[in-house]
Amino acid sequence: MADQNNIAVDIRNVTKMYGAFSALEKVNLDIRDNEFFTLLGPSGCGKTTLLRTIAGFEDITQGEIVLYGQNIANLLPNERPVNTVFQQYALFPHMNVTQNVMFGLLRLGQDKTSAKFRVAEVLELVQLTKFADRMPNQLSGGQQQRVALARALAPSPKVLLLDEPLSALDLKLRQAVRLELQQIQHQTGITFVFVTHDQEEALTMSDRIAVIKGGQVQQVGSAQEVYEAPKNKFVADFIGETNLLDVRVTDLHDGKGSCILPGGVQITCPAADGAHPGPGHLSVRPERIAITSPNEGLVQGKVKRHIYLGTDMHVEVTLMDSETVTVRMQNSSQIQIPEAGQTIGLEFEADAARLLVD
Amino acid sequence: MASKKVDLRRFPGFLPLTYLCLFLLYAPLVIVMIYSFNDSASITRWDSLSLRWYHDVFFGVEAPKFRAATINSITIALMAATSATIVAIMAATAMLRSGRFRGKSASFALINLPLMVPEIVTAVATLIFFSAIGFTAGYLTIVLAHIVFCIPFAYLPIAARMQGIEDVYEQAAQDLYATRFQAFRLVLLPLMTPGILSGFLLAFIISLDDFIITNFVKGAGIETLPTAIYGAVRQGIKPNIMAISTLLLVVSVVFVALSYFVGRMGEKNNDETSTKGDLI
Repeated sequence: MADQNNIAVDIRNVTKMYGAFSALEKVNLDIRDNEFFTLLGPSGCGKTTLLRTIAGFEDITQGEIVLYGQNIANLLPNERPVNTVFQQYALFPHMNVTQNVMFGLLRLGQDKTSAKFRVAEVLELVQLTKFADRMPNQLSGGQQQRVALARALAPSPKVLLLDEPLSALDLKLRQAVRLELQQIQHQTGITFVFVTHDQEEALTMSDRIAVIKGGQVQQVGSAQEVYEAPKNKFVADFIGETNLLDVRVTDLHDGKGSCILPGGVQITCPAADGAHPGPGHLSVRPERIAITSPNEGLVQGKVKRHIYLGTDMHVEVTLMDSETVTVRMQNSSQIQIPEAGQTIGLEFEADAARLLVD
Repeated sequence: MASKKVDLRRFPGFLPLTYLCLFLLYAPLVIVMIYSFNDSASITRWDSLSLRWYHDVFFGVEAPKFRAATINSITIALMAATSATIVAIMAATAMLRSGRFRGKSASFALINLPLMVPEIVTAVATLIFFSAIGFTAGYLTIVLAHIVFCIPFAYLPIAARMQGIEDVYEQAAQDLYATRFQAFRLVLLPLMTPGILSGFLLAFIISLDDFIITNFVKGAGIETLPTAIYGAVRQGIKPNIMAISTLLLVVSVVFVALSYFVGRMGEKNNDETSTKGDLI
């Protein structure tokens, strides 16, 4: 490969079995150097297992994990130049902040003087200089999370693994830490592999996202790619909200497909790889649909109810074939919300819809 | 608080029964303690308050005998508790940190079985064992026997503590380039310290108090405090026995209480670490 030097972690055909259950099934991933890479999926999908195989806490049944050209699959965790930020932080409770952060440096054989210098540097980076002498149980959750980050960054790992590090924080704090993490990744230039089940977290932070389900990678791509061009029904549904209309696909060519909407209108829109003629799913995001007068637009339906969401209004519309479609409208003083029971038409650009496979 | 499903106080006669049990359990001890301060040479007739028999224990005719026995008891207990604690740490590490291995539940049963075996059986078996391999009964046989029966007592608090320590700490240590042994020594062992101390104290007091096994395996001329007391009682109970028993009782209570509180030390702090609020 031409960009071989560019790959930080190359996961090749990795399979992990627990008895007869396969937690990971032939996973292939290229994680690039200096990239914020996110493993995203529902709980139990294998994303944490994958992270732990990179860290070395889980053996793999099959495959290779190549870190900057070196197969590390058979190395012990302490022999791998990667560090982990654990979900529960796992700060050593009997050591203060400095001792915690210094732990890895000393194990690598650094002398105390230079280790101290590095600790000060990293604590500065996470803005915890004032707390250097505190014990972990004297810190708030957010501060503990920063110590965990500092401790993992101190030995300058080639890759930093983060196992849902924000899940224990409250919403406001989580949003602040997101930006901070991204900043630290840019500042340090270390490759981040971030595990989360929170699609919003994944979309806002990542350079690229791997969507995982059932131990298999569903799609890898930038936030925009996975959101706007999902490969299958699962990805479309898991990332953001979407409407999935039952359609009949009639024709496929050059990445486009023609399909017949409920109500009989035919459109041509982008199609995912693997789409085939016959019954199919058409994904349309709620914010891409507009409400028009009856008998206009692509499909017809009846307003079922509306849900007020602050900035937005969700209008649920029942189509003639009794499917429900959600339309998202931004709230403003000019907004005209159709009454429940009213017959309306729905319109969307063909390019905003996408034919998907199961 | 406990759930209110069954309120014990509603059972008829529960309170009197409780008092009866407490009385039967503790009245003899209390009487011994009270009479140890009796000035009389009689063990049943109260005379007046005095420390006469405590003085007798330390400076009377039998004092050298009891002093020697006490020194034996303490040195044996120290050696037995230390060795048993080391074995118990290794056993707990194997049981709780080595993943699954064949015979794991059998090992667990074997470690704790001595708690259930009647002590007299262990005593006879140990005696037969020592004579079969040709050991002369003496100081050493007592130490060896004590090490063995102290292991489960040291094991229980140590294993309980280790079970409460998530293995994520050792993983974090290994992730930060510690070898498995360094992770054990620098992270697991310090976190276990309260459990280890607790196990040691418990083993120490069990060894100090033991009579049956010691009596079987000790050689002629060697006495520990319990066997010395027993020997003295056989020649008639004198009030100095009550004084010495009271002293032994106090030491036991102090050690057991220490073991309990030390074992719980730090647990609360750990909880706080994981549940503390998220204010920055």
